[in-house]
Amino acid sequence: MGLGPLLWVAWQLGAQDLGANPIEAVLHLTGRWALVLLLVGLCVSPLRRLTGWSPIIKIRRTLGLFAFSYASLHLLVYLVVDQGLAWSFIVEDVLKRPFITVGMASFLLLVPLAVTSTRGWMRRLGKRWQLLHRLVYPAAGLAVLHFYWKVKADTFWPLVAAMALGVLLLARVPWRRWVHRESRSSGTR
Amino acid sequence: MLIKKPGSVPGSDIPASEITPYEVYLNRRRFMGRMARAAVAAAVTPGALAACDFQGGSAEAAEGLAAGDAAGGGIGGSSGGRAQEDALTPYDDVTQYNNYYEFGTGKADPARNAGSLKTRPWTVTVEGHCERPGEYAIEDILARFPSEERVYRLRCVEAWSMVIPWLGFPLKDLLTWVEPTSRARFVELTTLFDREQMPGVRRPVLDWPYVEGLRMDEAMHPLTLMATGLYGRELPNQNGAPLRLVVPWKYGFKSIKSVVRIRLVEEMPPTSWNKAAPNEYGFYANVNPEVDHPRWSQARERRIGEIRQRPTLMFNGYGEEVASLYTGMDLRRWF
Repeated sequence: MGLGPLLWVAWQLGAQDLGANPIEAVLHLTGRWALVLLLVGLCVSPLRRLTGWSPIIKIRRTLGLFAFSYASLHLLVYLVVDQGLAWSFIVEDVLKRPFITVGMASFLLLVPLAVTSTRGWMRRLGKRWQLLHRLVYPAAGLAVLHFYWKVKADTFWPLVAAMALGVLLLARVPWRRWVHRESRSSGTR
Repeated sequence: MLIKKPGSVPGSDIPASEITPYEVYLNRRRFMGRMARAAVAAAVTPGALAACDFQGGSAEAAEGLAAGDAAGGGIGGSSGGRAQEDALTPYDDVTQYNNYYEFGTGKADPARNAGSLKTRPWTVTVEGHCERPGEYAIEDILARFPSEERVYRLRCVEAWSMVIPWLGFPLKDLLTWVEPTSRARFVELTTLFDREQMPGVRRPVLDWPYVEGLRMDEAMHPLTLMATGLYGRELPNQNGAPLRLVVPWKYGFKSIKSVVRIRLVEEMPPTSWNKAAPNEYGFYANVNPEVDHPRWSQARERRIGEIRQRPTLMFNGYGEEVASLYTGMDLRRWF
């Protein structure tokens, strides 16, 4: 399932007018879509709770895998086209440029999530699957940081992404449980 | 615009070598196709990339365009051992891939939005420590200082670069004419700041208006150009019409666009990018592969139109001409 979207994405990009710096354009597009799809994927669980419509959970995996496809293409283009597989430069980049360090870290966190996205793995891991997939939170956070540290001066979109992530994470805090606890304790007076 | 052409017959048309060669246009489309196929090949089998002849692609572009080097003033700068060609960057790329934040922060924004820039009437105010301060109409400046062609490399701090056939006159000529006094140690230049014409300035991405500066000896250097055109035509708005600075041995942000004021000052002037991020952008901003930007390397660059990155040259390859300006200076401290 992983390779299909990758090819589709690659052809899509090939068809567009990428301008004078196509490599930069491809990196920007793939990075943007990876982040957007990751954030949209993070909307699913809160939406399920809000609407009570369970079947919505099925798109979460699709979104996640598409995000991973875009992230993979982003990484591939960086390694192969941008850096020409010049490993000494790549290693130096990863070690010395914070935005690349966190970008790499974000991708690495997504790998086990993509691998274990199948039903087979869900069964095999059971309860631990849920725990493992919490890695999407730091992965998303690092991706936003990667974006924020990459831009030269115009931090508008990275900040929008940061705020969106903030909201989506806050949506997961068990507010109701706290409120319930509050009213219970005040009720015993 | 008066164009001084060394060796050309007065009154003749712009020579054919200055018109964007058709091969350039073709090469660009071929390059796109290659990029697309490479991306797919890379996605499926990284090994396939080796089979794609990229060096061939850029050599093709180079041989089709190397003729451009022969026109006019030549490329200037002769640091020995430059293995790769400096082919002219296609006109479309020069005019559609720009950093001009007053018209938006995207690379395509200036070309899209700079139509609102009014380049006539245009006045350049000269003030400060000089004998001939005043407000000079652009027409008078163009008449007094005839333009000639200069082919320069331009290296952006973002690590991409171009080769551009500018038209312009040495800043030195203008400065000599206004007669700086002994108190003039720096030249400060300012861009137009107009909320009506420049949609991008409504956002405080930088502290408007855009200001840049040079030390007096840098400003008086023969390479320092006040550009009035490119590719034999008037400057497009997005490239800094009607008058902009080009300092080829420094990062591109020093080459300030759409100049409205030139001030001769005693103290080093604060400059826009240095104010925005003092640890990232210095006053001197000499191209230096040994001093990295805090967030990315400056050792290599992407020449627009090429796929492989190329090594960045000290002073952008103009070391022979300008290194003497900085003898004894710690270029890591004064970055």
